Amino acid sequence: MSDVHSNSKFLVGIYDDDDVVLQAVKDVRKAGVKIHEVYSPFPIHGLDVALGHPRTKLGIAAFLFGLTGTLTAISLTFYTEGYDWPMIVGGKDSYSPIIYIPIFFELTVLFSALGMVATFLLSNGLGPTVKPLMYDLRTTDNKFAMTIDMSKNDIGEGDIESILKRSGAAEVNIKQF
Amino acid sequence: MSHVTSAVRTPLVTGGKTYADVTEDISRQVEGKPTREWTIAFTIAVVVLIYGAACVFWTWWEGLGVWGLNKTVGWAWDITNFVWWVGIGHAGTLISAILLLFRQKWRTAVNRAAEAMTIFAVICAASFILMHMGRPWLALWALPLPNTFGSLWVNFKSPLVWDVFAISTYFTVSLVFWYMGLLPDLATIRDRARSKVSRYIYGAFSLGWNGSAKTWARYEYISLILAGLSTPLVLSVHTIVSFDFATSVIPGWHTTIFPPYFVAGAIFSGFAMVQNLVLIIRVVFKLEDYITVEHIESMNKVITLTGSIVGVAYLTEFFIAWYSGVEFESYAFINRATGPYWWAYAAMMTCNVISPQLFWSRAIRRSVVWTFTLSVIVNIGMWFERFVIIVTSLHRDYLPSSWAMFHPTLFDISDYIFSFGLFFTLFLLFSKFLPVVNMAEVKTVIKSSSEKLPASVSGVAKGERVTSPTFNKNID
Repeated sequence: MSDVHSNSKFLVGIYDDDDVVLQAVKDVRKAGVKIHEVYSPFPIHGLDVALGHPRTKLGIAAFLFGLTGTLTAISLTFYTEGYDWPMIVGGKDSYSPIIYIPIFFELTVLFSALGMVATFLLSNGLGPTVKPLMYDLRTTDNKFAMTIDMSKNDIGEGDIESILKRSGAAEVNIKQF
Repeated sequence: MSHVTSAVRTPLVTGGKTYADVTEDISRQVEGKPTREWTIAFTIAVVVLIYGAACVFWTWWEGLGVWGLNKTVGWAWDITNFVWWVGIGHAGTLISAILLLFRQKWRTAVNRAAEAMTIFAVICAASFILMHMGRPWLALWALPLPNTFGSLWVNFKSPLVWDVFAISTYFTVSLVFWYMGLLPDLATIRDRARSKVSRYIYGAFSLGWNGSAKTWARYEYISLILAGLSTPLVLSVHTIVSFDFATSVIPGWHTTIFPPYFVAGAIFSGFAMVQNLVLIIRVVFKLEDYITVEHIESMNKVITLTGSIVGVAYLTEFFIAWYSGVEFESYAFINRATGPYWWAYAAMMTCNVISPQLFWSRAIRRSVVWTFTLSVIVNIGMWFERFVIIVTSLHRDYLPSSWAMFHPTLFDISDYIFSFGLFFTLFLLFSKFLPVVNMAEVKTVIKSSSEKLPASVSGVAKGERVTSPTFNKNID
């Protein structure tokens, strides 16, 4: 969730179509308006690039968590079977890494998936007690909303409204938090 | 960005649906009162569950002696049911992960229900592990915990311990993957909710989802990585289940083709179960426009492919049993086909090898009645496959004086019935309280793969693609 201060005033442009809103983002930015965020009922490819959002680093998190999982599995099997209580079962060495590959693999996947999802939830500020700031309730149904933080823009309200309208907005509303 | 609709591709969504239609059609059953059919089905499921739970309780109270096991056949229905349910649990993640990597857009309509099925099937499978432990309160002994008798640990060289790791990882990751996919749809239902209670509950479970571009970009990214992680994971699970048998020295189990053969069989039975559930869902919830004959046909193609792999595996096993020159191995296979359990073997061969070949016919592949019937047959066949592998290999021991037969008791049967009660109770709860089709994902394919109704039928706006955005590109 982005930084929203109390008493922030937002202009909310409502669009009916994902292609229109994607083009509108490019045009509105070109017109010098700083866009706060776009809200949509489904992912729109290329929208994050058009908005200039930085590329997510969740992949690095997934890798590091996965590595943690592998190292955990290696230490766990090595400590228990190779050091603490070595056992020879089926004539195999008490510590032969090959036979523990399933454990290495499963813990890698488990740590990576859980760690990445936890990072995702934290970085987006998602959680069971979070009250979302909805600029328009229809954005989880069939509408697309472009929000403009007035405190971050020098252009006048009327001008922004007409820029939004010209970019294809079906309506422009004001939302105050 | 432009969406290109191929003229040769049949639409994935029929009826010229708009985004709002998708929300409306799929949220309807979540928001409305339970239908009469649902209430009846749910009541039956709960009654079966209670009966089954009582029998499972008795199994634990009295001990595993209530099952038909004997000294020779010490592992029968319990493990058969376990492998059968785990196998069924493979389709969901295959659809959501592997088909995502292959960019198969038809998955969008069926992935939610299939993933739910996966999770419930794995729960049913796990219940058989707990059951056949006999003393379920000691289940934590399977975990690598330092125990109270010294520092003896679990045997990490045992495929049963690998199984503990594989199944629990698979369950956890599938659940997380499914829940992440649910977030946008839960938010949709939250924002439509009229009553305070449902707004609160769906609000809490949607974790404050607001659909911002930043969230969506990250969401798409983690979906891709989860799919990448789940793809080898789903293949590893049944591979490891097959190791439970393949690492032993029992004739008929000690086979190197078990991993791919089990994985193919798992996908085969999983898709058959998805077909059964989805065919009911689409009629009961009137979702024929979303889950179309195209979807059914695509899944039938997967069934034909995996069924054929299973057929080849059966024949390969037989050939290798002869070619290896190991007389115990040859005997085990001849005994399977012609011994006292010949009928189970015949059922397996007919249901798994012959019946899916009917899907080479386009008419059968696209027929709802045929698909439903053959899917039931496939799952019966896959149950028999596990029964044949497990019981026929065990019942003829090395010493003829130890030869025995396995006869299921009331408790073998009732404990199996329990898992159906559990599965359908969970699935019916899911189908009532959560959207059975992934609305957000279906909305992404509407433009490229939706049926365009002629303007005279639909009006201009409905289902039409906006080809030229009506705004001035030179804003200044």
